Amino acid sequence: MIKFEEVSKTYPGGHLALSKVNFHVAPGEMVFLTGHSGAGKSTLLKLISLMERPSVGRVYINGHDLSRITRRDVAYVRRDIGMIFQNHQLLMDKTVFDNVALPLVIEGYSRKQIYARVHAALDRVGLLHKQNNPPATLSGGEQQRVGIARAVVNRPPIILADEPTGNLDPALSLEIIRLFEAFNKAGASVFIATHDLGLIARMHYRTLTLKGGQMINDGLTETPGVQA
Amino acid sequence: MSLLFKSRQSGAQQHQIGLLQKLLMFFTSHFRQCIASFGEIIRTPLASVMTIAVLGLSITLPGTLYVLVKNLNNISADTQQAAEISVFLKQQASDADIQQLIKRIRTWPEIESLTFVSADDALEEFRRLSGFGDAVDYLDSNPLPNVLLVYPSDKFGTPATAKTLLDKLIQEREVESGKLDIEWLERLHAILAIANELVTMIALLLFIAVILIVGNTIRLNIFNKRSEILVMKLVGATDSFIQRPFLYTGFWYGFLGGIMAWITIAILLWWMSSNIEDILALYNQDFDLAGMSFSTLMSMLGISIFMGLAGSAISVSRYVSQIEPR
Ligand SMILES: Nc1ncnc2c1ncn2[C@@H]1O[C@H](COP(=O)(O)OP(=O)(O)O)[C@@H](O)[C@H]1O
Ligand SMILES: [Mg+2]
Repeated sequence: MIKFEEVSKTYPGGHLALSKVNFHVAPGEMVFLTGHSGAGKSTLLKLISLMERPSVGRVYINGHDLSRITRRDVAYVRRDIGMIFQNHQLLMDKTVFDNVALPLVIEGYSRKQIYARVHAALDRVGLLHKQNNPPATLSGGEQQRVGIARAVVNRPPIILADEPTGNLDPALSLEIIRLFEAFNKAGASVFIATHDLGLIARMHYRTLTLKGGQMINDGLTETPGVQA
Repeated sequence: MSLLFKSRQSGAQQHQIGLLQKLLMFFTSHFRQCIASFGEIIRTPLASVMTIAVLGLSITLPGTLYVLVKNLNNISADTQQAAEISVFLKQQASDADIQQLIKRIRTWPEIESLTFVSADDALEEFRRLSGFGDAVDYLDSNPLPNVLLVYPSDKFGTPATAKTLLDKLIQEREVESGKLDIEWLERLHAILAIANELVTMIALLLFIAVILIVGNTIRLNIFNKRSEILVMKLVGATDSFIQRPFLYTGFWYGFLGGIMAWITIAILLWWMSSNIEDILALYNQDFDLAGMSFSTLMSMLGISIFMGLAGSAISVSRYVSQIEPR
């Protein structure tokens, strides 16, 4: 589903953020990406969502070489990827409903379909009752769930999350991860970047570890999960 | 459309919908964005009003000048005196000859009307008005010729056509010579030509300035919505989708600016007309400020909308693509 081949990324200014990274995420897989702050996790996710381009090497999604995607077509690629960010990236002057509906409006869904799908997505994250509130009136955990609802509302085959639990306490973090598990069970490939090793330790998922831009570990976490 | 996943369907393809329905959806979506842009202008009137006012006033100035020049054109066209032709007849032409001549040329389409001033009448008038009445009495014979005053019809009232008419009149057997008093008419026409060009030039310069001003307003709008644009790009909005509301905003600026120009021009003309009529009454001139015709009003609105759209298009094409999530 997602494949990196000898990918390096040098930022303008000469900083080497990723160095010769290779890995493959299978369809329907749920994978964690970890490493200290500055290890290159965000950079790696940005190469998938085409917010950055690799300096060397190739990135494939579903067998398609992303280097062939033109600037014009980037938007269409992003419609296949649900993205979740640590700072939510919600529109504060719109309601929760409008935020979640945004991807569908962009794709030209009919009003009826938008209504049905937004309701379903908000129901999944348990926020249907807050659909008419502005995001600012919601707690941090709730705002993150709105971001998740927006990411999954058009049922993308790939979900990318960059530090989705960054500001949340452990209980709330686990709740968020459970949501991702549910979407993964429904068929999506899920790729979560986090530096919260304690969180990963409680799961049995494949974990890719970055250090200074290099992939130093690709495997299951050692410690058996402590289920909440 | 999904580029990477063949089997994946999206919004418009979800149902097997016909072309007509797709078109309908396209238009309703545009209509919705169009109305939404209008709503935004209404909700944040302060910034918009300034731009709309600039648009409106920039059309008001050349628009008002245009009306004034057009009215002057009308005066010069209406003024028959302008092209009054004095035709001096030969001394040896008899009264019968003269009656024949008048009968002949009266039917020419170039001629609106003509007046015969006999040599005796002319001398009598000279005696009365000049103050040299006694001197006239010492003359053996009347030195003045018989004169025909010819007024060309509307279509032949321009200096060029009046000149042609004069040449044609001189060809007549009974005519000695002719004189066309066109100097002031030619001057008026030259001034009007300059005025016309001046109005065009002022309009062009103003229009360029306005397009830049609208462009700048839209540029600020785009930067104010920077975070919204970033989020939209993150969830897969194309540049053209993001650009559309700004183009509609430009359209509305132009539309409202055009309406404002209509109103201000109407007020200005109403206000000026009483003054101008007072002055012209002294000159026995009738100056009826012709209101604007339907097509003039529509082209003013069209120009205004064009400027709004052009200014918006310039900014949108430059700045929307520059805002990229990082
Ligand atoms: N736009 C950028 N320009 C220059 N350097 C960058 C940029 N983004 C990230 N970096 C650098 O690349 C390295 C990796 O950053 P990042 O991918 O954000 O790491 P992580 O998400 O693991 O904390 C860091 O040293 C960071 O300073
Ligand atoms: Mg990061």
